[in-house]
Amino acid sequence: MRSAAVPYVIAGVFALCVPLLGIYPVFMMELLCFAMFACAYNLLLGFGGMLSFGHAAFFGSAAYATAWLATARGWGSVPAIAAGVAVSALVGLMVGILAIRRRGIYFAMITLAMAQLIYFVYLEAPFTGGENGLQAVPRGSLFGVLPLKSDVVMYYLVLAAFLLQFVFIQRVVHSPFGQVLKAIRENESRAVSLGYEVNRYRLLAFVLSATIAGLAGSLKALVLGFVTLSDVQQATSGEVILMTLLGGTGTFFGPVIGAAVVVTLQQYLSDIVGGWVTVIIGAVFIACVLAFRRGIIGELAALLRPRP
Amino acid sequence: MTEVFGVPVAVILGQLMLGLVNGSFYAILSLGLAVIFGLMGIVNFAHGAFYALGAFAALLGLQWFGINYWAALLLAPLAIGVLGIVVERLFLRHLYKLDPLYGLLMTFGLALVIEGTLHQLFGASGHSYPVPAGLTGAFDLGFMILPIYRAWVIAVSVVVCFSTWFVIECTRLGATLRAATENAPLLQAFGVNVPLLVVATYGGGVALAALAGVLSAPVVLVGPLMGNSLVIVVFAVVVIGGMGSILGAIVSGLALGVVEGFTKVIYPEASNIVVFVIMALVLIARPAGLFGRE
Repeated sequence: MRSAAVPYVIAGVFALCVPLLGIYPVFMMELLCFAMFACAYNLLLGFGGMLSFGHAAFFGSAAYATAWLATARGWGSVPAIAAGVAVSALVGLMVGILAIRRRGIYFAMITLAMAQLIYFVYLEAPFTGGENGLQAVPRGSLFGVLPLKSDVVMYYLVLAAFLLQFVFIQRVVHSPFGQVLKAIRENESRAVSLGYEVNRYRLLAFVLSATIAGLAGSLKALVLGFVTLSDVQQATSGEVILMTLLGGTGTFFGPVIGAAVVVTLQQYLSDIVGGWVTVIIGAVFIACVLAFRRGIIGELAALLRPRP
Repeated sequence: MTEVFGVPVAVILGQLMLGLVNGSFYAILSLGLAVIFGLMGIVNFAHGAFYALGAFAALLGLQWFGINYWAALLLAPLAIGVLGIVVERLFLRHLYKLDPLYGLLMTFGLALVIEGTLHQLFGASGHSYPVPAGLTGAFDLGFMILPIYRAWVIAVSVVVCFSTWFVIECTRLGATLRAATENAPLLQAFGVNVPLLVVATYGGGVALAALAGVLSAPVVLVGPLMGNSLVIVVFAVVVIGGMGSILGAIVSGLALGVVEGFTKVIYPEASNIVVFVIMALVLIARPAGLFGRE
């Protein structure tokens, strides 16, 4: 067995056994949803070199769509998730078309502004429940067979979705498309001169990332059973950046570790320090940027790499 | 009474006036952002937080030490500017060699720290700041009522913006600053202390944000998140105007404030998003921004 497979096996066994270990399953599901969100974000930032400051718009759009269809329209959970994912892909396409017209910090500012626009739409729109959000979203059942009300069943659904997107992102990154994307990140002019339609690649990466972020949002809506404005807010966009940065941008496991750290911190820290959590998150942000730019996985990899 | 779109003219003029006041804040803030970005290549996400700090400095100065508005107008930007200098020396100067995105991320973290701290210390709700004694009341212009304080805000911001523009475009100091933007190492070789210039610029830009905060204190509620959504609007203003141009930042700031005020009259639901919609349209038609060169 190759040694590179070891972390996968350990993580896989752990993930499968979670319901047996007595870890609160809703917490694990929330963690997996945010890990999925961070993986999606990492596809864009780590491999496409595009820093989006508005990814909550896709996460939240899908969450709202799924929650609304499941509550107001009585859709089943699977079609509601599928519709949520489709909505986020569409929103991603619209924001992406605008954002890819610029590079670097302008890209970041445009995504931020468009996400703010989307936030105001949800704030005003009648179907989102305004400040209260959508409550009591039913989980329904999987194709009318398996009851998702059971946390264990729901957990394995979320885990399956997580693994699916994890493998999918690896495939995308290692595909010819992913190679071109990395080439564009490294040297855009050269990619252009080699004849690649750079903007098409960038747009496709953006939409893929938004779509997977949407899957995470839809599942989160079912797991927790509610969607609020905070799911589409700037703070959530910031959190997913922090998760990716903290874990290690451009690594496959980094975003997962980063999401685990941030979600755990928020869960347990808020009991101890209350509202100071925001300040601590901000401080972690500053520390990451100043001293820790490769993230946890990146620093570990640098430590373990045999020195020449 | 004359009406346009079924709305009395006085109401429209009143909203345009409010829009111009908001536009004044956009102009001062986007001006500061543009100056900082021009020289340092850093997009200062904490600009909104420094704006809030300016307003809090005025508020606390009044409550704790009885410092009046006029003194606060000078002291608050000074104090917050010094804080900006500390931030630059402690954090930002490590980032100049890196991708500008790291500056954006660092200052985003800084904004979280500042706004979170203000929230913990002074609560989420807004505090009101009295309109200074000399500026209460209103002019009756016959066709509309013009509160004196609002007129004052517009006047101050126009003066501040155009003097900043004048300093940068027409003085020797400004010429040095622009030279540093073009080619800092060469300027340093000529014996100009570029790091000092950089730290002064950041301090100055932050002080401008704080000044906008003091100016806004009597017309808005002073709260920890007062700059949070404002900074996003200002980013959109900067994308519309083109970051390279000082004059572009000022003009687009004022103009977008007016457009926002006008939208409030004809279609209030869209007033929060009109700036972003305009940004999208500008990006489609002219990706470099209205005054940008790329």
